[in-house]
Amino acid sequence: MIEVTNLEKSFGDAHILKGISTTFEKGKTNLVIGQSGSGKTVFLKCLLGLFDYEKGKIAYEGQVFAELSEAEKRNMRAKIGMVFQGSALFDSMTIEENVMFPLQMFTKQSKSEMQDRANFVLNRVKLKDANKKMPSEASGGMQKRVAIARAIVNNPKYLFCDEPNSGLDPKTAIVIDNLIKEITEEYNITTVINTHDMNSVMEIGDKIVFLKDGLKAWEGSKDTIFRTDNEVVTDFVYSSNLFKKVRRMYIEDNS
Amino acid sequence: MQYLHNIGTYFLMIVEMFRKPTKWSVMKQLILKDIDDLVIGSIGIVAFISFFVGGVVTIQTALNIDNPLIPRSLVGFATRQSVILEFAPTFISIIMAGKVGSFITSSIGTMRVTEQIDALEVMGINALNYLVFPKFIALTLYPFVISIAMFLGIMGGLAACVFGNYASMDDYITGIQQDFEPFHMAYAFIKTLLFAFVLATVPSYHGFYMKGGALEVGEASTTSFVWTSVVIILLNYILTQMLLS
Repeated sequence: MIEVTNLEKSFGDAHILKGISTTFEKGKTNLVIGQSGSGKTVFLKCLLGLFDYEKGKIAYEGQVFAELSEAEKRNMRAKIGMVFQGSALFDSMTIEENVMFPLQMFTKQSKSEMQDRANFVLNRVKLKDANKKMPSEASGGMQKRVAIARAIVNNPKYLFCDEPNSGLDPKTAIVIDNLIKEITEEYNITTVINTHDMNSVMEIGDKIVFLKDGLKAWEGSKDTIFRTDNEVVTDFVYSSNLFKKVRRMYIEDNS
Repeated sequence: MQYLHNIGTYFLMIVEMFRKPTKWSVMKQLILKDIDDLVIGSIGIVAFISFFVGGVVTIQTALNIDNPLIPRSLVGFATRQSVILEFAPTFISIIMAGKVGSFITSSIGTMRVTEQIDALEVMGINALNYLVFPKFIALTLYPFVISIAMFLGIMGGLAACVFGNYASMDDYITGIQQDFEPFHMAYAFIKTLLFAFVLATVPSYHGFYMKGGALEVGEASTTSFVWTSVVIILLNYILTQMLLS
């Protein structure tokens, strides 16, 4: 579980996060949503320890990240998997080498053991025959799956995803969403996803945190988001006519 | 103030580069790859330029000696001095700032804009040690490239001298052996090692701390070439003043 308490972050005069508190539970897909510029990416980078913050605290299973020693931080980071918006695969390595990379850095496994594990997770993300390809030879969806494989290869306790569906067609986006959801439940990890994708919100949002102007404007789940009266949330989530209709039908069906 | 900030960040980067070392089994592969990319990959262009510039130095020296009282061996002597003292260590380093420096800045800069550096940092890896340190170690072999440049520059001079009938081969060989100061070689290699450090770190700084997208990677490469050249030329002046005066 990750507990965030009163988190504040500024860049110069720009106050980006203005006191966010929430918790992200184990075995659940936690979604952070909000408009562009609402502070989602800064929030995620604070969680990952890539940005220092001025006030508040972030605790992983009770351990406050900022108070850890360098060695403890390194150990903690070895438990974190991250899927970046652009996949962030290493261009100079094959897909298999990309997936093996965290194992090379953090374990003492032999090369064959690492290859076995890499192939296992590549199979898990349904990329059996892509081992020897370079990232540039893979499609956007494949690259995202490789990024997920790299993120989970070292059995992380926490999985972070920044816009995992951006640039993907709707069908591939659903495949990626389902994969993240399955992995979260299968390995019982704490997953935090930054997204704009309303399909993801409706499909896999065990917990949804809505940010607006650096503040938490609402939190709930994929079930409660249909019924919420919070206008800020409904304006954002149901901004398209299609989603307005879906919401109306859902409420009618369930009333 | 921005300049001071940048200089401070550069020196902090150098300190950080030596901290939290990457696993040796991984680092070994990175160093070998960088030796291939930065050192072995530069030998061809360095050899080509050195041979022909050596020839040009010889021709120009020979054409400017019109006094019959000056011995023709001076052509070999002047070529050797020019090549060993300035051309090979300094001129080749400026060319390397363009070739190797731009490569380093653009490759690290691309890793920055595509979040590959963030990925390393999230994993708890010291990205500066992982990316810059192997380049620094690989470029400690840079004096080897400069030795080749020295040899081929003098050989280019010999070829130009003999085929252009500016002086006999004996005169040229006498000239390159005349008044040889071993310290000049030490001076050239001290410069070379310091330039190697500059070639590894200044372009890395520009790539690592760049912000923006693909366009900015191009801008960072150009800026990196300019600043690497400026630092090499300033260092060249300071070292020459310190070591030769």
